[in-house]
Amino acid sequence: MATHHSRSAARLMMAPTVILLLGWMLVPLIMTLYFSFKKYLPLRGGDLGWVGFDNYVRFVTSSSFWPSVATTLFIVGCVLAITVILGILLAMLLDQPMWGQGIVRILVIAPFFVMPTVSALVWKNMFMDPTNGILAHLWRFFGAEPVEWLSQASLQSIVMIVSWQWLPFATLILLTAIQSLDSEQLEASEMDGANHLKRFWYIILPHLGRAITIVVLIQTIFLLSIFAEIFVTTAGAFGTKTLTYLIFQRVLESQNVGLGSAGGVYAIILANLVAIFLMRIVGKNLDT
Amino acid sequence: MARAVSSQRKLLNTLIAWSLGLIIFFPILWTILTSFKTEAQAINDPPIFFFFDWTLENYAVVQERSNYMRFLWNSIFIAGGSTLLGVLIAVPAAWSMAFVPSKRTKDILLWMLSTKMLPAVGVLYPIYLLFIELGLLDTRVGLVVVLMLINLPIIVWMLYSYFKEIPGEILEAARMDGASLKSEILYVLTPMAIPGIASTVLLNIILAWNEAFWTLNLTAAKAAPLTAFIASYSSPEGLFFAKLSAASTMAIAPILILGWFSQKQLVRGLTFGAVK
Repeated sequence: MATHHSRSAARLMMAPTVILLLGWMLVPLIMTLYFSFKKYLPLRGGDLGWVGFDNYVRFVTSSSFWPSVATTLFIVGCVLAITVILGILLAMLLDQPMWGQGIVRILVIAPFFVMPTVSALVWKNMFMDPTNGILAHLWRFFGAEPVEWLSQASLQSIVMIVSWQWLPFATLILLTAIQSLDSEQLEASEMDGANHLKRFWYIILPHLGRAITIVVLIQTIFLLSIFAEIFVTTAGAFGTKTLTYLIFQRVLESQNVGLGSAGGVYAIILANLVAIFLMRIVGKNLDT
Repeated sequence: MARAVSSQRKLLNTLIAWSLGLIIFFPILWTILTSFKTEAQAINDPPIFFFFDWTLENYAVVQERSNYMRFLWNSIFIAGGSTLLGVLIAVPAAWSMAFVPSKRTKDILLWMLSTKMLPAVGVLYPIYLLFIELGLLDTRVGLVVVLMLINLPIIVWMLYSYFKEIPGEILEAARMDGASLKSEILYVLTPMAIPGIASTVLLNIILAWNEAFWTLNLTAAKAAPLTAFIASYSSPEGLFFAKLSAASTMAIAPILILGWFSQKQLVRGLTFGAVK
């Protein structure tokens, strides 16, 4: 039903979206690339000329680069492990028959809708405060010395906050995947005498494979750029400076735009490495 | 899974699931409860759960001291505006890709998605600079545009996946009956497309409401939405748990309610149709 006329109409209908996204992608990207090859200090002399790959080398050789990479990987890795493992268990539990399933689902999903600045502040003050936080009350109740969470166990605390935010996402998607599992297959395996562990390992887990991959990839993209959680809790202190936060500090706090832009290019490359895998999976699923 | 289960097993499931659900929900519940306490009760040791003197004072103080309504209005304006603008631009695009697909449709869709993967921090300075040059820094219009652009790929994708489900035969049947293109769109397609558009709007309002990179970095006093309003509570003076809770409750309540209606769309929208 696609005539020549409707083809050109279709192209016209797509034009605004395509042009906007093209501009949104190219203009800032080219500017970032441009700045990354310059010594550019807006508050201290402005544009001080071309410096080649100097910023790229300096960004990587600065003493805070590798720690920030390690911090980023630690946070992303831990949050992924926690949310995927707990997400699978929760999804399997929520799939079981029970009373009030709908309400439990709502309770579990709720943290996803809490804005990052709120969850960071609530956790920081009302839970992790070493004198008045709930966790301090709990520790004292059991006769233990309260922990100064955000300074003594800063990375673990941030992992906990971010995991709490993302567990609902993992659970919801894995639950959707589990519900599409063919129950006859499970029943057949049950009759063949497969125990719970075997059923989980040979039927449920392979069925969830794709959903788990998607959860991991999408979360990685979002987790690589978490910002508000660190901004509000530690502002990058106590070893919580991620790559994103380091770049933010270079660009807006110390106004070293050239150096920050070189860092930005690294972040873009890193995100694209993850994105390629995600796009492959999504692309396979697209039957146009 | 419709399998016969003993009621004992069901009871056990219920107990475990409810306990876990309440633990996960607890931080939100605790915030809401604390918002109705006095500051002294909020930090009482041991913590008081329900038997305190319920008060609305904190809400009044928060509104008075930091003008909550202005931030709320900014949030509504930015989240609503960026979503509506995005949908207006995306509907024709998604429509044409769903109903007049070409060889390149798949590539275009994937390319649109790839723009979503661009890390914000990588383009922070260019956007910041452009905002200064164009006089958009700390304006609601500027944020509407940026949030529209970062969510546009998701909007197109969601709309596309909904439009794909409208059967093409219906169009042909309408055409056989002599419907013009205008009445075809108005009376046949639009009613079928509205639920999908509504779901898309809902999910994107949530995403825009909670966005906390651009809203923190591109606003100051005038255009700051609730994300920035809450961040301003991160270095408070004196007793403040109850006020913090009241402010937090007000910031999340509207979206928590919307969110509960959008569970299904959430999966679809955030996995780009890869999990349904």
